[in-house]
Amino acid sequence: MLTKRIIPCLDVKDNRVVKGVNFLNLRDAGDPVELGKKYSDEGADELVFLDITATIRSNKTIVELVEKVAQNVFIPFTVGGGITKADEIGVLLRSGADKCSINTAAVNNPDLLKESAERFGAQCVVLAIDARRTKGKVGKWHVTVKAGSEPTDIDAIEWAIKAEKLGAGEILLTSMDADGTQAGYDIELTRAVSEAVNIPVIASGGAGTLESLSEVLDQGKADAVLAASIFHYGTYTIKETKEFLKRNGVPVRPV
Amino acid sequence: MLVIIDYGVGNVQSVTNAFRYIGSDITVSCDPEVIRNARGLILPGVGASGYAMQKVAPIAEVIKEQAAVGKPLLGICVGYQLLFEESYEMGTHQCLGLVKGKVVPIPTDMDLTIPHMGWNYVQFAEGMRLFKDLGDGRHFAFANSFYAQVTDPDAKAAYTEYGIQVTGAVEKGNIFGTQFHPEKSAADGLQVLKNFVKICSQEDDGC
Repeated sequence: MLTKRIIPCLDVKDNRVVKGVNFLNLRDAGDPVELGKKYSDEGADELVFLDITATIRSNKTIVELVEKVAQNVFIPFTVGGGITKADEIGVLLRSGADKCSINTAAVNNPDLLKESAERFGAQCVVLAIDARRTKGKVGKWHVTVKAGSEPTDIDAIEWAIKAEKLGAGEILLTSMDADGTQAGYDIELTRAVSEAVNIPVIASGGAGTLESLSEVLDQGKADAVLAASIFHYGTYTIKETKEFLKRNGVPVRPV
Repeated sequence: MLVIIDYGVGNVQSVTNAFRYIGSDITVSCDPEVIRNARGLILPGVGASGYAMQKVAPIAEVIKEQAAVGKPLLGICVGYQLLFEESYEMGTHQCLGLVKGKVVPIPTDMDLTIPHMGWNYVQFAEGMRLFKDLGDGRHFAFANSFYAQVTDPDAKAAYTEYGIQVTGAVEKGNIFGTQFHPEKSAADGLQVLKNFVKICSQEDDGC
């Protein structure tokens, strides 16, 4: 039976892992190479590395950092943050990434998903969606771009469906309303997207209690959960998280 | 020395990182002479098998020749799918034909997400050398929409459940392959690679 995945996320700025609330008020959370190795060794199922300054395409230092992190990470490794061209995915895959996440550039140029999937396979193309609840409308979310700073009029669910058709192999779905708050994932959003597509959905934004992880995997129908604060600041270990989920009937890979 | 065959398709760096981590003497190359001089070969690959076969075509004969003389060969993911006779991913493609079987899509009508993405439990067949010291089965990391239907009476296969029985690995004499990514399957995956390295040194001693 396919297990649900627990995915720590490294938000990287100036060669350090940082974490904020609703993408603001960043604080230091450690060294990306050390944290990557620690999560890989401790039984995390995948690792995500996001360059939050979105400079991967032009920043050699970041690519070198990806290389260093990858040397000690023996679980699937996704890298994203400012990718605009399929060639840049090629560079990151050669640096040790297994998948690449695309966000703003895919909104600006949806064919980038198609081109990337054709060249590297759908399994390595992750569409990242930063969604925000649309004020005054129940059950509606719109896509935001540029690390959540700019709203668009694109409906998040429709965008997910379109991205799957274009060749995205997975969706990394972040609730901008919940991110960094530790107040729980947006279950309704996650469920709406999971039910609309046939590709796996990673729920992100709002991980707090272990119950919140269990809820979004169960009621939100997510295939995986991404979390940052709760792991970086030691609230829970990967092992504790998996043991809790297992007790609650969620299939997980034993640590 | 082991050689990772670099034919321009795949996560060569991830595979290289894993072999280096376990202390193996590894080279990345697509030079036929280097391939001929290797103790063992690794054929990685991600993406679509048709495209991969097209890219591997110039060195396909060398790979077949080396497989025929008994050199251990490990195919990973799409590299594993290339070991079979035929693949139906985006058309019909002839593959290396080292193991009898064909590569077909995982049915899409089972209410399961495609790709089959993540960690699944693989049940080993008895006596598979690739899984020595790993018990009856373990979890490994998958990322596939196609799988191999093995029809070779001389091959042993390991299976995982995903609505249907999906082949996770195959072993036939000196030919080994995993649909999952051992280089991305934590300690158990690294053990699979260590086992392959050991097989390569044993075969070499026997010559």
